[in-house]
Amino acid sequence: MSQLLLDVNGLTMRFGGLVAVNGVNLKVKNRQIVSVIGPNGAGKTTVFNCLSGFYIPTEGSVMLKSEQIAGLKDYQISRKGLVRTFQHVRLFQKMTVIENMLVAQHRHLNTNLFSGLLKTPNYRRLEKDAMEHAAHWLKEVGLLEYANREAGNLAYGQQRRLEIARCMVTQPELLMLDEPAAGLNPNETKELDELIIKLRDEHEISILLIEHDMSLVMGISDHIYVIAQGTPLANGTAEQIKGNPDVIKAYLGEE
Amino acid sequence: MNSSKLYNAFFAAGISLILACLMIGVKLDTDSTVLTVKGATTEQWMWILTGISVVFLSQLFSTQIDALFGAIPKPNIQKILPEERKMAALKPWLIAAVIVVMLIWPFMVSRGTVDLATLTLIYIMLGLGLNIVVGLAGLLDLGFVAFYAVGAYTYALLSQYFGMSFWACLPISAALAASFGFLLGFPVLRLRGDYLAIVTLGFGEIIRILLNNWTSLTGGPNGISGIAKPTLFGLEFNRKAKEEGASTFHEYFGMDYSSSYKVIFLYLVAVLLVICVIYLINRLMRMPIGRAWEALREDEIACRSLGLNRTIIKLSAFTIGASTAGFAGCFFAARQGFISPESFVFIESAIILAIVVLGGMGSQMGIIFAAIIMTILPELAREFSEYRMLLFGLLMVVMMRWRPQGLIPMKRPNLELKQQ
Ligand SMILES: Nc1ncnc2c1ncn2[C@@H]1O[C@H](COP(=O)(O)OP(=O)(O)OP(=O)(O)O)[C@@H](O)[C@H]1O
Ligand SMILES: [Mg+2]
Repeated sequence: MSQLLLDVNGLTMRFGGLVAVNGVNLKVKNRQIVSVIGPNGAGKTTVFNCLSGFYIPTEGSVMLKSEQIAGLKDYQISRKGLVRTFQHVRLFQKMTVIENMLVAQHRHLNTNLFSGLLKTPNYRRLEKDAMEHAAHWLKEVGLLEYANREAGNLAYGQQRRLEIARCMVTQPELLMLDEPAAGLNPNETKELDELIIKLRDEHEISILLIEHDMSLVMGISDHIYVIAQGTPLANGTAEQIKGNPDVIKAYLGEE
Repeated sequence: MNSSKLYNAFFAAGISLILACLMIGVKLDTDSTVLTVKGATTEQWMWILTGISVVFLSQLFSTQIDALFGAIPKPNIQKILPEERKMAALKPWLIAAVIVVMLIWPFMVSRGTVDLATLTLIYIMLGLGLNIVVGLAGLLDLGFVAFYAVGAYTYALLSQYFGMSFWACLPISAALAASFGFLLGFPVLRLRGDYLAIVTLGFGEIIRILLNNWTSLTGGPNGISGIAKPTLFGLEFNRKAKEEGASTFHEYFGMDYSSSYKVIFLYLVAVLLVICVIYLINRLMRMPIGRAWEALREDEIACRSLGLNRTIIKLSAFTIGASTAGFAGCFFAARQGFISPESFVFIESAIILAIVVLGGMGSQMGIIFAAIIMTILPELAREFSEYRMLLFGLLMVVMMRWRPQGLIPMKRPNLELKQQ
């Protein structure tokens, strides 16, 4: 049986008078792919920002493994195993691919100034482990041969994959992907599809996904939440969502 | 001809005309007791007109001029240097050769030259320190000179009041400058870009004004004089030992007294300090903290999402940069023997920043070259010393057009991966 990893209740985010997110509930179990869909401006990214600590939610509780994380700082949340990507790729452009991977492992490294200056055995060992770990994940996403390239010079699809690999080296339990397929060609989308499934099945993590590509969402999601104008509209399996008249209306507009 | 070009050209020429008229065209003069306004001489007007036509033409033909700049071959470092692998083998020899030359060279040139080299080495230290803050961590600090002042005054005061030696004060100066960096950084590093620049600028001025007005401690505008020079294991470089029973360098080694020993010794101390600083910063850049600095410069939001605590990382950059300045300041006080708030004005911060930008943000080699250029150029152009700032400005404009990434852009380390 699978356990509850993330439990969000009554999440609300107001910007002045604007209610961007209104009473959203989400549940993610271990080893599940859960999607959040909704029309443009529905508040999906805002939900992610609340969960990852970039915004402090106005109301509601966010429980990660039965621990309240709403109100924690962004870096504290990511250290608890909840890591995200961004709608627009955010790499360290001028740094190499491998350096991007090493920065992500910052807190697993020995950051003591003196052990670094003296290159103590412990420092060397951790540095070596980090390199191997980085190489492992670069291989998983097919970027090993580009390890010493500047990240900004990679093709768009490669940058997207690097962003996922960079999250994975932090050893998360819940990976949140904000429109990972945006701007990818059908081939790359298929590879992404396979990668996400592999992350769940082989690496045993859960994935919370925002995506507009319906065939991708319907194909891989264990559970789907629909949000429209900040308010939860429906949730269920792909079959249930496909047949839901409210959802169809929200996407196609009223009339 | 493009009409917007013409408009630009007229606009720029107009601005130059107004500025030139105000600054050179009219002059206030005292005629016994009365102030009179005097016009410029015909010759000066000729110069002003020439200058304005240069501005006009350069704006009008800016595309052609840019093309010209583009045509100037850029030194391709990758091509000049031998291959990566050969380079790795050569590197220790190269470094050794440079150090040997640095050590032998001062014995063959004049005192003045050695003294200038020492000054250059101080600027190299300052440039390397500011490079951590601006070049790597991307925090624009316009008050860097404050930490330099803290270092210098730390040594000057400790030496004056407690008679402490240079070598003992060196770490104390660095530590005190670092704690000033920490104290300033703590509230200020939440600010972004421009705001940070303004606050640091203010901090620089506060320190200078404080030193200027705290007369009872710092001597105010009169400064502190008679600061002891560094000693070689207790041997002084004066003609006579200051303390009873202490011996001087030339007496100990049975040589005749020569004042150039002192100059050369100071130079050698500076070389030693610079080598230490380069080594330490080089290590830092390859350590997790160095990578985190750069990552923060590249994308702060991504850093936060990966579990990096930006406050601590920024603070460490600020503190380590400040400690380097303190280090340099301590040596500066020892070399000069006299310091006053005059030495720590804003223009010093600007020069150090210019060194970092000219050299290529983040690149150590670039900064060393830029520091050499920025200290030697004004010496070569002594006759133009009044126009020093003008020359700096011109140099900056030309550099930004020709090579915006700096003299030697930073090279990324190539990390060997075991292919799995
Ligand atoms: N920081 C903010 N301040 C004010 N309003 C905001 C802020 N962030 C988001 N919003 C508003 O919240 C609403 C939801 O935005 P959000 O980016 O979450 O939508 P989305 O579902 O991710 O849309 P898309 O599919 O286009 O990415 C929008 O109306 C947006 O203008
Ligand atoms: Mg969005």
